[in-house]
Amino acid sequence: MSDVYVVGIDMIRFGRFPDRTVPGLAAEAALMALDDAGLSIRDMQALYCGNLGQANGMVGQRMLAEIGQTGIPVVNVANACATGATAFRDAWIAIKAGLYDTVLAVGVEQMGKGLLGGTGGGPSPEGLVGSYTMPAMFAQIGIEHARKYGTTFEQFAKVSVKNHHHSTLNPKSMYRKETPLEEVMGAEMIAYPNTKLMCSVNVDGSAAAVLMAEDKVRRLGLMDRAVRIRASEMSSNPFAERQMAMPDFSAATRAAAKSAYERAGIGPDEVNLVELHDCFATAELVHYENLGLCADGEAGRLIDEGVTALGGKVPVNVSGGLLSKGHPLGATGIANIYEVATHLRGKAGARQVEGARIGLTHVVGGGPGMGTACAIHVLEKA
Amino acid sequence: MTTTEAVRPLLPVIEPNDGHPYVAGSRCKACGHTYVGTRDVCAKCTARDAMEHVQLAETGKVWAWTVVHRSFPGVATPFVDVIVDLDDGAHIKGTLVDVEPDAVTPDMPVRMVFREVIPAGADKPYLTYLFVPAQGAAA
Repeated sequence: MSDVYVVGIDMIRFGRFPDRTVPGLAAEAALMALDDAGLSIRDMQALYCGNLGQANGMVGQRMLAEIGQTGIPVVNVANACATGATAFRDAWIAIKAGLYDTVLAVGVEQMGKGLLGGTGGGPSPEGLVGSYTMPAMFAQIGIEHARKYGTTFEQFAKVSVKNHHHSTLNPKSMYRKETPLEEVMGAEMIAYPNTKLMCSVNVDGSAAAVLMAEDKVRRLGLMDRAVRIRASEMSSNPFAERQMAMPDFSAATRAAAKSAYERAGIGPDEVNLVELHDCFATAELVHYENLGLCADGEAGRLIDEGVTALGGKVPVNVSGGLLSKGHPLGATGIANIYEVATHLRGKAGARQVEGARIGLTHVVGGGPGMGTACAIHVLEKA
Repeated sequence: MTTTEAVRPLLPVIEPNDGHPYVAGSRCKACGHTYVGTRDVCAKCTARDAMEHVQLAETGKVWAWTVVHRSFPGVATPFVDVIVDLDDGAHIKGTLVDVEPDAVTPDMPVRMVFREVIPAGADKPYLTYLFVPAQGAAA
């Protein structure tokens, strides 16, 4: 099996576009990715389209109606916050399987403001049987880390300070505003210890990638813009004793990370930058340990010492992350890959991680009583 | 002859049990894991036909918690959302009441009480379980 490469990738600037359509947003990113590869929709042999909000709405076909109906197979993908990364991985699998040599993957989401979650029909147990809001779930994950390792409110808040700072250097970020520590800690408390500035931003967005088999990359002379996919791994939640009460995002992340490092033949210390799933500030610290960036219990030290800030040993979420760049659920997985690919190409401008050769992307999603979907990609400068 | 309609449980796992309510659970006879709710197959060890119905313990300790200040529209805040490790090994989510939010500590002993409460957006009471501090609370 030959390796698979990304030869075109892009994302729209995340924001709020209530007057646009989901297929329209998807089409914009798809055309940008095709332009980045110097290819046409006529060159694409299949489309994997990730979207959650209109999961039964054939978004992929409707997108092709806007940019060219060539009759290629379309698979519409929904997999919680791993939706975009799952579409990307499905495209990778299709090429690995030898079915196609050029495939388009798109992720798109149009979101309202406010809290995600909810409990379906019937009388709501919210407030009477705990909370079903996402901030509360991830607050408890932070408290669990604090009870094990003494992690502080201030350390969690520093994640938001860092990622908001990074976003000031990213023209595609929803917000580009510094948020000093006192502002983060003093913002409206949503679910302790996550204040409003420690919650990801619900935005609209889209991202797309063109994946290609190695021999075709060489044949078309595209290796100069190519990024090699060293690993594409997924997991669901293995049994964890508290998972029905408290969703577990750590075990799945650890399983996918282990597979990804093995597949890529590298260790965490060889990774030059990481885009991980900072849906809440508490989550980022927990994932430092889940991804092996430090030993268990060391995440607070990592953020205190600036190891994961731009200029540190392993910068995390230099895009601004979900906390500031924004989190359009279905688009996030491919947008993370865009960010890492841009650094590997040396095209990240003011936020460039110097000398970046290997990067890792991580998304993990799920909900109370549902389960977890995790996807990790390891990318390498070609 | 008329009958008054019984107050319905807020969640299917709450068994009214003729005025002696409990939370229904399942224990796997193969691996011993205890679950909230009734189930047929063990997610931990994958055993089939090994589940026995149990009444879950009413006492336990706080594993994790948060104080929720912003919730869905119409829901009164703040409230304390706790993950409780019950004494029989089950793990359950709930709301801890009759406590100052800042007074919650790791491993704080709590016990389950049953009360009739009107959920946000509803017009009649439902039977639910709540947690209270294990010492000095009225049922």
